[in-house]
Amino acid sequence: MTEIIRLKNITYKYTDEDLRPALQDVSFSINKGEWVAIIGPNGSGKSTLAKTINGLIEPDSGEVEVGGLKLNEKNVWSIREMVGMVFQNPDNQFVGSTVQDDVAFGLENLGVPRDDMIERVRNALEKVNMLEFAEREPARLSGGQKQRVAIAGIVALRPAIMILDEATSMLDPQGREEVLRTVKEVKERENLSVLSITHDIDEAAEANRILVMRDGKMIQEGSPETIFSFGGKLVEMGLDLPFPERLKASLKEQGLDVPQDYLTEEGMVDWLWTSVSKM
Amino acid sequence: MDIGFQDVGYTYQKGTPFESKAIYDINLSIKDGSFTAIVGHTGSGKSTVLQHLNALKKPTEGVVTIGDRVITRMSENKGLKSLRKKVGIVFQFPEAQLFEETVGKDIAFGPKNFGMTEKEGLEKARELLPVVGLDETFMERSPFDLSGGQMRRVAIAGVLAMEPEVLVLDEPTAGLDPQGRKEIMDMFHSLYKNKGLTIVLVTHQMDDVAAYADHMIVLGGGTVMKEGHPRDIFQETDWLTSMQLGVPSTVRFAHELEEKFKWTFDPLPLTTDDLARQIKEKLTSKGGERS
Repeated sequence: MTEIIRLKNITYKYTDEDLRPALQDVSFSINKGEWVAIIGPNGSGKSTLAKTINGLIEPDSGEVEVGGLKLNEKNVWSIREMVGMVFQNPDNQFVGSTVQDDVAFGLENLGVPRDDMIERVRNALEKVNMLEFAEREPARLSGGQKQRVAIAGIVALRPAIMILDEATSMLDPQGREEVLRTVKEVKERENLSVLSITHDIDEAAEANRILVMRDGKMIQEGSPETIFSFGGKLVEMGLDLPFPERLKASLKEQGLDVPQDYLTEEGMVDWLWTSVSKM
Repeated sequence: MDIGFQDVGYTYQKGTPFESKAIYDINLSIKDGSFTAIVGHTGSGKSTVLQHLNALKKPTEGVVTIGDRVITRMSENKGLKSLRKKVGIVFQFPEAQLFEETVGKDIAFGPKNFGMTEKEGLEKARELLPVVGLDETFMERSPFDLSGGQMRRVAIAGVLAMEPEVLVLDEPTAGLDPQGRKEIMDMFHSLYKNKGLTIVLVTHQMDDVAAYADHMIVLGGGTVMKEGHPRDIFQETDWLTSMQLGVPSTVRFAHELEEKFKWTFDPLPLTTDDLARQIKEKLTSKGGERS
């Protein structure tokens, strides 16, 4: 496995007066092609961490390496070309007056020749299923469509890494599903690595690995199954309890003997079936 | 204070080539002391309906009744201020509207506009901090040094400071973590239960509708598709899915059990506690009868 992102002993304070650092001695790495989710309550340092990866924030100490390059003044622009970010509020990241202008914005900044640019914009919009909206005004799109356009803007730049910073948290359930599906498809086709910061259990479940932050520190790491088996503690980790866990807690309150292990919904049905048969 | 819509419509830029109809033929009623949820897809007309609840917009057709005030196309703007004191709206991301030097002054700003002295306003702010889950030490802090969740609470306190009878909430928990979401929703529920406030909640979160609301309005394509008790509306799982609205997890799972185990849930469980209670009854009833 090749490491595409490596953070070593990162510490960062926003101001000198801060009582505790926003990041305290954080180390982790992401392999090429891997999908890693970072979870943690509001204020735990997740977004700060994401911003250190492409040099939007310069850590007080520690090292960042992206695609084999050490993050420093000389490399920062090469690194930013490798990392695309999608933020929470779709309305804060539009610059173009039409969907295609918006996707072209990043390419214009890189001075891509016009013919090449038209091709790359069409291609990127096709990949997020938004080609038919190319001439539309971004303001007229739904939240999910806006986020897909933001993803197209990144895909057009052909990065190696996509960072989603709570990119689905403002969307309705349909928009959320739409964006997640798009991320999955794009990741596979473009062989991207994905880092998603999220409170959404369905989004976290897509990851190969989940990292848990609290008070600026990395406190846990594991597969979704391992992390989801923490049950009630998940809320402290900034995730919603999966439905079977919530039902389990209510059943326990009713005095029923429920299994300790993490249950999927299917597992919950099976367990109930066994309980019924025993009666 | 009851709010009612009779045949309400609103057309943007009426009489120009840019005319566009946002809502039409809306009839609905929000009863005093109710917890009403308004749900609907993007573009269903939710925001336009919301702006009629305290006459930020006047209908281009029909009549909106807010308490004893009747608002039509012809209504004058005179006296609308008192109406806006009675119906407080917490817009999406209200923390973006904070501006004062201290939390105390920010909360006191609204009441001062409605005639309170600075001292009374600050007193009010001090009273409200614990209501929104903050303590007195926040009074002198700058709103801009707070976390997103804390800023949201200060902004909500600013609306509560006007002592509204109806509190309208537009996606009040968007962007908060699950713990913060639950705390804020519980706070609204307690204002409804203990202080008798009428709550109008605009949301995508069907689990919240199931857990908190006693009245539900489904908007679609600019008009009311259904109005009633959440329990009755959530019965129609297929219809809701076709409206791309989804159903609460509890309801979805109850339907799954009904199908697989030939159980019937009556009444339809809206919370996991309701569901657990009914499952227990079924598991412990004599012979584990499956009906």
